[in-house]
Parts: sequence; C-alpha cells; structure tokens
Amino acid sequence: MRPLERVEARDKVTGAARYAIEYPVEGAAHVVAVAATIGRGEIESVAAAEVLAMPGVLAVLSCENAPKLNSVDDAELEVFQSRTVSYRGQLVAAVVAETLETAREAAARLRIGYRAEQHDVHLRDGQSGFRADVDQGDPEAALAEAAVSIDETYTTPAEHNNPMEPHATLAEWNEDGLTVHDSNQGSTTVRDTLAKVFDLDPAKVRVISPHVGGGFGSKGTPRPTAVLAAMAAREVKRPVKLAFTRQQMFSMTGYRTPTIQRVRLGADADGRLSAIVHEVIEQNSTVREFTEKTAGPSRIMYRAPHRRMAHRLVQLDVPATSWMRGPGETPGMWGLESAMDELAVTMGIDPIELRIRNEPETSPEDGLPWSSRNLVACLREGAERFGWTGRRAGREGRTLTGMGVASATYPVNREPNTATARAEPDGRFTVRIAAADIGTGARTALTLIAAEALKADPGRVTVEIGNSDLPKASLAGGSTGTASWGTAVHNACEALLAELDAPIPPEGVEVTVDTKEELESQEKYARHAFGAHFVEVRVDIDTGEVRVPRMLGVFAAGRIINPTTARSQLIGGMTMGLGMALMEESTMDLEFGDYLNHDLAQYHVPVCADVRDLEAIWLDEKDPHLNPMGSKGIGEIGIVGAAAAVANAVHHATGVRVRDLPITPSRLLPSL
Amino acid sequence: MEPDMESENVSGEPPVRAEITLIVNGREHRLAVDTRASLLDVLREELGLTGTKKGCDHGQCGACTILVGGRRANGCLALAVAHDGADIVTVEGLAHGDELSPLQAAFIERDAFQCGYCTPGQLCSATAVLDEAARGWPSVVTPDVAAEPELDEPEIRERMSGNICRCGAYVNIVAAVRQAAARETAGRRPTERQAAGREAAGHGGAGQGPTEREAAR
Repeated sequence: MRPLERVEARDKVTGAARYAIEYPVEGAAHVVAVAATIGRGEIESVAAAEVLAMPGVLAVLSCENAPKLNSVDDAELEVFQSRTVSYRGQLVAAVVAETLETAREAAARLRIGYRAEQHDVHLRDGQSGFRADVDQGDPEAALAEAAVSIDETYTTPAEHNNPMEPHATLAEWNEDGLTVHDSNQGSTTVRDTLAKVFDLDPAKVRVISPHVGGGFGSKGTPRPTAVLAAMAAREVKRPVKLAFTRQQMFSMTGYRTPTIQRVRLGADADGRLSAIVHEVIEQNSTVREFTEKTAGPSRIMYRAPHRRMAHRLVQLDVPATSWMRGPGETPGMWGLESAMDELAVTMGIDPIELRIRNEPETSPEDGLPWSSRNLVACLREGAERFGWTGRRAGREGRTLTGMGVASATYPVNREPNTATARAEPDGRFTVRIAAADIGTGARTALTLIAAEALKADPGRVTVEIGNSDLPKASLAGGSTGTASWGTAVHNACEALLAELDAPIPPEGVEVTVDTKEELESQEKYARHAFGAHFVEVRVDIDTGEVRVPRMLGVFAAGRIINPTTARSQLIGGMTMGLGMALMEESTMDLEFGDYLNHDLAQYHVPVCADVRDLEAIWLDEKDPHLNPMGSKGIGEIGIVGAAAAVANAVHHATGVRVRDLPITPSRLLPSL
Repeated sequence: MEPDMESENVSGEPPVRAEITLIVNGREHRLAVDTRASLLDVLREELGLTGTKKGCDHGQCGACTILVGGRRANGCLALAVAHDGADIVTVEGLAHGDELSPLQAAFIERDAFQCGYCTPGQLCSATAVLDEAARGWPSVVTPDVAAEPELDEPEIRERMSGNICRCGAYVNIVAAVRQAAARETAGRRPTERQAAGREAAGHGGAGQGPTEREAAR
C-alpha cells in the first residue's frame, strides 16, 4: 500500500487533539491521589476532617468512607475496599477539591496513620519452585554430554513503561449513567470493567478515548484512575478530573518485573544445539498475579531436542507487575540472545552462522509448520547492509569499537472483533470499531485497510475509533491490534462492497461483522514475526560510556500496511531497546520498599542525543496463513533483542561480557 | 510506624489569588490566579489551552514547553504569578491561521510523532531552536562558539534533548527540524543572519519579550 500520513496528524501538531482530561466540562472538580508510605501493614486512621476544613476541599475518599465496589479479576481496581497496605506507593486515599492547587495541597497534608509490618521487596535467587512450561527430552543429560556448553545468569532490572501522558480520567455521572474520558488501550474493556465494578448495565457506561498519549502496556488493563475518578464524581455529584503524577505512575500503573535468568545451552562440535534450558525468577505483588513469560521465546527460536523452559514467581510486597512492551519476549531474548553470542564466541563461529545452523524446520514447541519464518533472511539482509562480514573490533584513541547482532521475534495473534462499515449516497464511507490508537497509527492503518477492501480512495473513508459506543473491540496490546481490528474492518468493507451494486438509498447501507467464527476456524500454524538487530558501539575506555552510532533493524513481519507509521513503530521500539540496554533501571529501596528513582530525572530514557543513525527496514514477506491483510504485528518486535545486540557489540569491542542490564559505566568500567 | 509529620494546623484560609495579565498567542487575558498555580495549569485549566501538555510537572520531560517572551520555558516550572505581563506562545499559536508553520508541516511530513503527547512541547522547543541558532547562540556541541552555528544533526540532537518522546520518534524529529531549518536558512539572506547574531550578542542572551522576538523574525 502507499504510505499515508497520520489521519489525525494536523490535530496533533496544532494542539487540537484532546487527551483524557482535556475535554471542556463545566464545573469539574479535581482529584489528587494519595499513596501509602509504608511497605506493608494496615491503615489505622485517616485524618480527613483536618483537610476537609480547608476552603475548597470537597471530599476525602479512603477505606474509611468509600462505597462498596464489586470485585473484578484485578484487585488493583478494588479501590479503598480494605485497610490492608500491600506495597509502598499503593493508592490509599484521595482528595477532591475545587482547584488542582487545593487538591494537591490537601493531599500532601492528609495524615494517614498506619500499623506497619516488616516488608520484603528483595528479589533473590536460591529457592526452588519452578513451574515448567516446556520439559522435553533430558536436558540435564544432554548438557552433561555436550561438546560445548554455556551456563550463565543474565538479569534485567525493573523497568517502567512511562508513557508521556500520565494515566488520567475525566468522569461524569448523569441520568444516562457514567461517561469517562480515559487514557487506555481499549475502551470496550474499560467500559465492561467499570460496569462490573459499579454494578451498571454496560450500556450505561461510555468510555471515550480518541487520543491516548502512549501506553506501552501500562494502559492495557483498566487502571485505578478510572475507578477512582468515577467514585469521586459520584461522591461530589460533579464531573472530576484525575491524573496520576509521574511519581505515582511508578507504583500505581504497572511495570516490567526484574528478571534473573539462568540460560544453559549445550551444543555439538559444529555448534548444533542439543539442549536449551531457560529458567527465570521474577517477582509478583501480593495483589495481582502476573507471569512475565520470559522463557517464552526460547520455546520457538532454535532447534534442540532437549529443552526446559520454566518460571518461578516470588511473591513480594512490591507494586503490581504488568505488561510492558513485549512482555516475555523483551527480557527473554536478552537472556537467550546473549547466551547464543557467548556460545558463538566460545566456539569461534560467526554469531549469524551459529543461528543459521540452529534454524528449525518446524516450530520446536509443537512441531507445527511455520506460517512463514524469515529469520535467516533478516540476518543475511542486515549483514549485507550493515557491513557485517569481516567485522573487526577496533580502537580509535581512547575509544573501542565493535559490532553485535541479535535475533528478534514476536508471536502473531488475533482477537475476535466486531466492526461496522457504512456507505452514504455521496460516495463517502464510515467504518466504526472501538479500536485504540495509542500512537501506533492504528486509525491510519485501518483507513488504508478499509480503502483497499472498498476499492476506494482513502480520502473517502472515515474510521471512527476510541469510543466504547462503537462496535466492541479488543485491546491495543500484544501486537494484535491491526491484525485483529483489521480483519473485522476488511470483512465489513468487503461485505459492504458486495451490497453496493444497486444505487445507495438516502439512508445509506450498513454492514456489521463479527470475526469470532473466522478466528476459531483458523488453520493450525506457528505464526511469529522475526527480525535481526545490528549494532555498532563506541566505548570510552576512561569513562565506560557506551554510545551507539549505528543501529539497524531488519524485520520480516508479513505485509506492511502503512510504511510511514510502521517504520515509526519499529524505530520507536528499537529506541526503547536502546534505553533498556544502556540506561533504564528502576532501583528498589529495600529499606522503604518502593522504587527510589521514581521520576524522569532519575529513571533515564533515551533522548535525542542518545539516538544517532538508527534505521528499520523490512523484507517483502508474503504469508497467506495470517489474515486478510497478510500482516503481522509490529508494535513490539522492535524492542525485542535490541539490548542483547548492544551487549554483544560491547563484548566485541571490549571483550567484556555484561550480563546485568543496563550497561552503565559503573557496570562496565571496572572490567575495562 | 507512624508517619513523622508535623501536626501543623491545616490552614482555614482561602487560597491567595493575584490579578495578572497574560498575553497568550496575541490575546490579552486578565486573570485572578491562585498564587500556587503554574503557567502550565493556568493555560490548561483557566484558559482551556490544553495543547500544552503535562508529562511530569517537574521540568523533566519538556511536554509543557512554551515560548515566554520568545524563549522556550517549561510551563510547569513557571509560577503564573511571577509572569504578570508575559507574552506567551503555545502550540495553538504556532500556525498562522490555517497555514501550518514550517516545523509543524515538517513534523507531519517526517512522521515526527506517534502518540502526539510530547509533540506540542517538541514543536515549541524546535521553534526556539531555530531562533536560537539564527541568533548565533552556540550549544555545547558547537565546534567553534564564535562561528554561526549550523543546525546539522548533532546540533539538533543536542538542542532538542530536553524534550522526551517515549514513542521514540527522535530520528524523525531530528529530520523534521533539519528540514525546517534548511528551509528557513535558504529563505534568509546572509546579512540578516549576521544582524540577528549581533543583536543576540548585544542582549547578552537574555529574553527581552516580544520586541526581541519580532526582531528575530
């Protein structure tokens, strides 16, 4: 398809695009949340009367006066339903006031008495209790017999999503029920959840989210902002606005668990793998169970008859872990792709050649045929373009240089969806689906998909998304959006086109489709996207500073719907991967029990100066077993493997293997 | 563990308000602002100008970047009461009617944003970058601080590093700013560039409000 600039581009560059709490509402009050200051224990008292005496304070909400809510399967949404404090930084109270300034001051002054208990927030190794997802053959025996083996432990720190727009909700009750303008990755899900929590007919709840300032997974599950804002608006009988502060986002909106990964590889003298063992320890809160499937990618990446992939969750008094871009694959490919590089170095085999030798014919997980798998083509194409052959570690004055490579992968899944397509007599089309555009370019991609199915110019197609009143849709998550919504949009438009033989009546023609059956009858294939990252590093011998002057990602992700926005998503993922490699790290304060560096001055993410010559390209991959568009998801694969490619380049340049992310000067310098 | 807080009497006094005037995008506003309010919150909550974004409220992300007296500033770190009479330009004021500024057009052409939440701050910042370079102001990466800086990629990266884009659009942001800078440079005669540089030197780099901004155009 030809590139299309973002449909909403003009609104975004003129400031006209409105995000959650930016809608003009008469008489809105302001809510400021209050976070727990102990790591574990009970709330004994909330001195609400003191701040209620402040002029302009309308209400204080806490476990002492909150209305009873229905439970849903996420206890994070049981706002103020108990006196228990499960982690430091947990939402424990809120102040509602006439102005933001007064609400903020009152929230700072609100005294909460606690009975504190000893908390444990230290993720550590040395305990049993792994749950194996895959256990094939006899990996221990295979490792013992292997000509060459690798047995190393790789770690990743806690990492925080940090979308630019904080989690925020504007809530209003009226005779029609509840309306929220909310920052989320799926308005249908938020609607259904709020309906359950407040015991309402879903038809009485409306969630409006046309523009969302990023999410990266942290807005994939409904967040306490939506529940608290709705509760507060009902309490003060006025519309309210609520945004978590950047600091609160570090405890209240999810993050990626730290991981401790032991990876063992066994190979014969030619580098052919006989065993892959990937065992992962990660943390969980006491509030909500969430498994980061870190060993997941090891199930499908390389051929090996003896395999074991296992996780162990350690329940701690920590904030609730959740999705962050590429959950599972992102930390897992750090471990696996670092280990593969170590094996290549140990055996003196080119890292690309080692991967090619271990390319599986069918999916090692279940023997299913690949719908398409072009990892090798990505590695070869990247090697050619990046100048990989004959790579040499170099030295220029006090700077060491080197190159690294790592593979990338992400599963291809689809969720059932509904969509409506409508034709007007004037030749215009409208497509409706409660999809979400969190910056992915979904609105634009769906416009192209609709236009293609309708055989019409995109300029004649309007796609309406971001509103729970639209046909129900799945989340923007798991790189499933475009494929899932796109199937519904494509099918609706195709069905509509079939009805357009006769002249269109004044009331128009409308078709609604549901993709549930199509998805259930899908053929069995192993569907995954693949890619390869190539990185050049420059390492300062005296400071240990790592710079990445060049980075290239080559991806095989089916048919690319919109090259413009696809490239942006891929380079965006790679940029976040650069952050993961070199700077992103949330540091747990063992004494107090929360993340110490909870703001953007201390949790470092890449800025312009960190990103130099960074490019993403893709292969022309035709896969007939995916969906009507032939597309694979591209929102997450850009970050997967990127950190390993950086570390592998650092090893090439310096001879130092860094196994704990991020690769900061303090980790690297002592070994230089 | 009891919170170690001073049990100070919570104030029963109403918030203190002060009357100020703000000129925003050429329009004058007379306002009674809460003395605790930031320019960012006044723009968003009092004037309904929500184009300026709140990403961190601590001057760490740049989403709230606006032009105050022609110079870029973090709206979240500026107390409104301290800016009586200030001339402010927000993202809503960058276009001339329906005609986008060259930077806004370049941002669209280069797909220099994804979610769009940092974009208003990026655009205000970039607007100031073009102006600062035209005045001859060096940055930390300028090879010769006495020479007129050329807005090449290293210069743009350095000067735009106060604005975080979590979607990771930096490659495209740099390309967009470079494109707009090239067009602006091509459109300006060398003598004008030198005059702007001399004037900036004479002012010692201090922001002097609308007069100086107009002079730079």
